Amino acid sequence: MKLHFFHLMPYRFLPDDFREKNRSVWVDVNSRLFDPAKGHQIYNENLDELEFADQMGFDGICVNEHHQNAYGLMPSPNLMAAALTRRTQNAGIVVLGNSIALYNPPTRVAEEFAMLDCLSGGRLVAGFPVGTSMDTNFTYGQVPVTLRDRYYEAHDLIMKAWTEPDVFAFNGKYTQLRYVNVWPRPVQKPHPPIWIPGGGSIETWEWVSRMDYMFSYLSYFGHQRGLSVMKSFWEELARLGKDDNPYRAGFLQFVAVSETDAQAERDYAEHAEYFYNRCLHIYPGFADAPGYRTLRTVRAGLRSQFERQVVAAASGQLKWKNFMEDGYVIGGSPETVAQKLEEAAKALRVGHLMVLLQFGSMPPELVRKNTELFAKKVMPRIRGLWSEYEDRWWINPLPKDQRAAPMASLPEAVPAGGGC
Amino acid sequence: MERRTVSVRDGLFQTELLQGGSGDPLLFLHGAGGLREGGYLDDLAERFTVYAPSHPGFGASEGFERIDDIIDLALYYHDLMDALGIESAHVVGHSMGGMLAAEIAALCSHRVRRLVLANAVGLWRDEAPVLDFFVLGPDQLLPYIVHDPESDAVREAFPAPESQDDMIEAMYQRIQSYSSAGKFLWPIPDRGLKRRIHRIAAPTLIVWGESDRLVPPSYAEDFRSSIGDSRVVIMKECAHLPMFEKRAEFVSLVTEFLTT
Repeated sequence: MKLHFFHLMPYRFLPDDFREKNRSVWVDVNSRLFDPAKGHQIYNENLDELEFADQMGFDGICVNEHHQNAYGLMPSPNLMAAALTRRTQNAGIVVLGNSIALYNPPTRVAEEFAMLDCLSGGRLVAGFPVGTSMDTNFTYGQVPVTLRDRYYEAHDLIMKAWTEPDVFAFNGKYTQLRYVNVWPRPVQKPHPPIWIPGGGSIETWEWVSRMDYMFSYLSYFGHQRGLSVMKSFWEELARLGKDDNPYRAGFLQFVAVSETDAQAERDYAEHAEYFYNRCLHIYPGFADAPGYRTLRTVRAGLRSQFERQVVAAASGQLKWKNFMEDGYVIGGSPETVAQKLEEAAKALRVGHLMVLLQFGSMPPELVRKNTELFAKKVMPRIRGLWSEYEDRWWINPLPKDQRAAPMASLPEAVPAGGGC
Repeated sequence: MERRTVSVRDGLFQTELLQGGSGDPLLFLHGAGGLREGGYLDDLAERFTVYAPSHPGFGASEGFERIDDIIDLALYYHDLMDALGIESAHVVGHSMGGMLAAEIAALCSHRVRRLVLANAVGLWRDEAPVLDFFVLGPDQLLPYIVHDPESDAVREAFPAPESQDDMIEAMYQRIQSYSSAGKFLWPIPDRGLKRRIHRIAAPTLIVWGESDRLVPPSYAEDFRSSIGDSRVVIMKECAHLPMFEKRAEFVSLVTEFLTT
């Protein structure tokens, strides 16, 4: 099994009365709560954390895209990914991803991802999410009912831009280009691995299965709630006559490792509560713009919407006990965590496990502890899972001896005019 | 009113519509919430041949994927009028239907005899934003669109569901309607009508409920000053649904305007 270190880059300093004084953490979140000096600190800490994960032997380090969001400070994950290419050597740079329907023209994504693949020597995983309703419809103003159509067109354009060596014209409904000729081109041939982050939408499972892409289910609600979605995904693959290679699927899980189960609660409870009670304080009106989900998906899932509303209403009081019982967080001693993660990975049948070891307000020292314990004591116990399968959805970098690295130290330079 | 399905452009569109009455043709164009049946259609049918279609993507009308924008939709209505054998008609448009009616009248003036715009969207001023109704549930929206939430008119416009299944079906219909409406209204209900509105030649009545908090009544004057032969009637104790909230007054205003 591949193990990836996922970072959301949350703002760690939302006030205690955030829920009471604000209607949403997303879209119209109060910009006065953002302190750029703290932003400077957070970005640098978070990049350190991702780089440390590379040193500790994680297979991939993951960044993602959100807009006008206080728990996701990466409107442009590509900037973070670019920074990561320089001080990491081994880990896949997993950008999960670029919401390709938002880029005009979408060849911008083909260009930037090709840059990242060149920069990293072929370590890029290219994620193409549709994007949440908050990001795409409310923040970027995309018409909900045509978003998916625009997404598919952007996908077709990007893939052709990567694989067609000659200049071509693209006459799309949303993008018209007379001369498509992306320069640079990706290192990985025919293109970097494509991962499709998604939620529970019928069309996404069908499309991902048909295209033979990797499906990453990015839920904040843990492995137990993820079961029904993953079950539907595997059923769809079976229906299409595809194999059941676990590396077709990825799953995101909050993980909190400490010396003992009791210590895990003492270490991590407040930070998990910060995430679930403050960071997921989302105005329901922004959650699902009419037309964002297809009518078919709405028809199939309408009744469960009531359930979600109940969950939403109850949130704000969620405690460590709830996170443990419902599996939102897998926490405890290394033994407990390894055992639960293995069970979860088997039940979900996922070959790519993305773990969130920084969540909510967790400070750098604690992230380091969590990362180190996970890498040293959990990773060795579960890594062997699925070793009998070939991972066809993973990076294919340049051989080590062909890879460039940043100069170990810069030659001494004499500043021209002082400096600050 | 009788429910029927009309095939438009050799079957590319299947249009569900209510039809009734006799007299001059009157085309009623519904708003973003979809076609709401009500006594106002029967009243109008006493004097006119009323056609009240569901737009493509609303109700049972098909062909939405062939409509990319408000211009396509306006031109589709010319095709529908061809299919119905109507050379020209009075056009009454409510809310989003008002925006559409104005586009139809601007694009092809000879097909619109007289035009009624009721609480119409389509124009935008930053200082008077149209409410972002897409984020509101039905109960949250109600105070913005009716003057008196306890009135019989509200019960007629929004009949209480009789079962859980009815409620879910109503919710589904609402999502479908708003989903389709988004193509013409999201994220701001301005698709350039201001560049075409001067083309409207039909005599125009602009009707607005004084308490409308969805589309500010101040837009009535914007429509009036942009359309040559037009006048405004502001209705008291009435918000966004004049045909329900002030049915008799609305019907008589419209009838009088269309028959003089």
